[in-house]
Amino acid sequence: MKTIVIGVIGADVHAVGNKIIEYTLSKSGYNVINIGVLSSQEDFINAAIETNADMIMVSSLYGHGEIDCRGMRDKCIESGIENILLYVGGNIVVGKQDFTEVKQRFIEMGFNRVYPPGTSIDEALTDFKTDLGE
Amino acid sequence: MANYLLIDFGSTFTKLCAVNSEKCEILGTASDFTTVETDITEGYQKALSKLFEKIGNKIKFEQVIACSSAAGGLKMAAIGLVKELTVEAAKRVCLGAGAKVDLVFSHHLNQSEIQQIITGKIDIVLLAGGSDGGNSEAVIYNAEILGKSGIKIPVVFAGNKSAQDQITEIFNKYNMNGHICDNVMPTINVLNITSAREKIREIFLKQIIEAKGIKKIENDINRVILPTPLAVLDAAKLLSEGYLEEEGLGEIVVVDIGGATTDLYSICSSSKRSDVIIQGLEEPFAKRTVEGDLGMRYSAPGIVKSLSEREINFINKEKGVDIVSEVNRRYSNVKLLPENNHDEFVEQFLAEMCAYRAMHRHCGRINEVLTPMGKVFNQVGKDLSDVSYVIGTGGVVIKSKKQYDILKQTTNILHNPSELRPNDPEFLVDHEYIMAAMGLLSKIDPMVALKIMKKHISHIRGRQDETSK
Ligand code: B12
Repeated sequence: MKTIVIGVIGADVHAVGNKIIEYTLSKSGYNVINIGVLSSQEDFINAAIETNADMIMVSSLYGHGEIDCRGMRDKCIESGIENILLYVGGNIVVGKQDFTEVKQRFIEMGFNRVYPPGTSIDEALTDFKTDLGE
Repeated sequence: MANYLLIDFGSTFTKLCAVNSEKCEILGTASDFTTVETDITEGYQKALSKLFEKIGNKIKFEQVIACSSAAGGLKMAAIGLVKELTVEAAKRVCLGAGAKVDLVFSHHLNQSEIQQIITGKIDIVLLAGGSDGGNSEAVIYNAEILGKSGIKIPVVFAGNKSAQDQITEIFNKYNMNGHICDNVMPTINVLNITSAREKIREIFLKQIIEAKGIKKIENDINRVILPTPLAVLDAAKLLSEGYLEEEGLGEIVVVDIGGATTDLYSICSSSKRSDVIIQGLEEPFAKRTVEGDLGMRYSAPGIVKSLSEREINFINKEKGVDIVSEVNRRYSNVKLLPENNHDEFVEQFLAEMCAYRAMHRHCGRINEVLTPMGKVFNQVGKDLSDVSYVIGTGGVVIKSKKQYDILKQTTNILHNPSELRPNDPEFLVDHEYIMAAMGLLSKIDPMVALKIMKKHISHIRGRQDETSK
């Protein structure tokens, strides 16, 4: 069974989507480690190390996702989980910015996949399967 | 007639407490220096003569049981994977088992760390790492490197359950003194203390006591059953929770200021509020922390170590003392007893610092996150705001003329409003120094132990008037 760490990054308290993600992924046969809201980059990385996770899925809903996610890949590299898959989604930036640019910035930060607002988890499930080699 | 003799072989003093269980009474207490370097029975016999003198005659004891923190106490190394998770979980298990955690390591062990385990005269190694089904590479690596080093001390494995079989193989391959128990952190942020703690206790009884020179006394006593801090923790739990129809005191904090360490025990839930989001590793209901750099003698220099030169000058001027030379005097003469007002004044000041600092490290923190719905609170660690009692124990607290001023320091928020210190507790003192003894007695007769504690752990001396509160 593949292990995915999920949570909401930064000072973000939007809890509803997080619960839905946990439910959907568990039902789809993943071992889900939910670290909940108000989680720091370190919380995600620590949980991933201890659980030997295959993927970290970051949610950010309140608009400060870019600041909160900066440097996360570097910390993964430092922590010895350089090859872990990093996903991010929710409402990762404020307002209606051009998403191709936003996406590019997150890719440069080392995220493997970046989802625009309104993407549901079900839509992203096929990407998981491809990336996890299932 | 059921008379019990309860003994605490402490690092400095061997303390005796005789109890009659039918009358629920303390018959007498006495103490003398612990003589573990030569023959532990010497100090014990001296204390026993004093006790009989006080009681007036030689009495027979139904049972004689003891706890010990002599010869350095139970010294452990806690090993985990990530600092905030399994390393912290392993540390908490050791502390909850009454151990001193001398060494703490994370990730892969290296040779210098292995050497520290050997030269540091560690009694037991607790090896954790990985949630169940999670990382097993690190614990296997660490078991292997411990095995190769030829370590003969007990190694308790309490990591990822999926690695148990491989760990057992490594234990067998290197003929190690290995023990397997449940994971200290089965899933992220969940703490599981029980299994590993019981294993540590069992090893302490079977293997450690002999090494600590306490075997010699086996003919005189029935058994040594606990490390002293665990006896105190058990007593605190009993006093808090009560027994059958005899009510306890509810949520409490115990602060024990000793010569080498300041120990803090809190018996309470992490939080009672519904408006907080709690983060980090789960907190134990009965939590013990130990400050190895805060103590009245061996560790007195630690009290001033973290102060800046300006603060030291300020204290010296304000209090009219030379604080650095005072702590050094205590460090170099651990048997020093206060002789005059000046000594007492310094003792009082140091004890207040220990109480303040130990609570600073023990209690949780809370921060606000603002939303349009109002404030949301983010909490790390334990919320002690609502505890009903703060109980002081340890020589310096018991002897102090201003016990209130020491215990009050546990509630002093000073510059840290985010600290979740006790808010408005009542202060009590273990005047007869019986908590460890009652922890022992609780193993035979919890009702009597509870009743005696409720009678003798009572109000403080030197309470200030309300204005200074
Ligand atoms: C309820 C709510 C709140 C509640 C949250 C209560 C709680 N504890 O959960 C409260 C009132 C506290 C709140 C506060 C704030 N909120 Co608000 N909130 C909402 C609201 C109305 C609904 C959120 C929700 O629950 N949606 C339902 C769930 C199921 O959807 P979801 O959260 O989007 O999650 C789904 C997807 O995003 C996706 N997803 C999520 N993560 C990931 C990751 C990946 C990899 C993938 C593929 C998919 C994915 O899957 C999830 C499940 O289907 C939204 C508006 C909206 N309609 O979305 C605003 C909204 C999210 N909030 C917003 C803002 C600005 C705030 C505040 C900053 C307001 C302020 N000025 O103080 C604060 C921030 C507080 C904080 N520190 O976090 C903005 C964010 C704007 C932006 N990003 O550009 C929104 C979009 C409203 C808006 N249009 O302005 N909020």
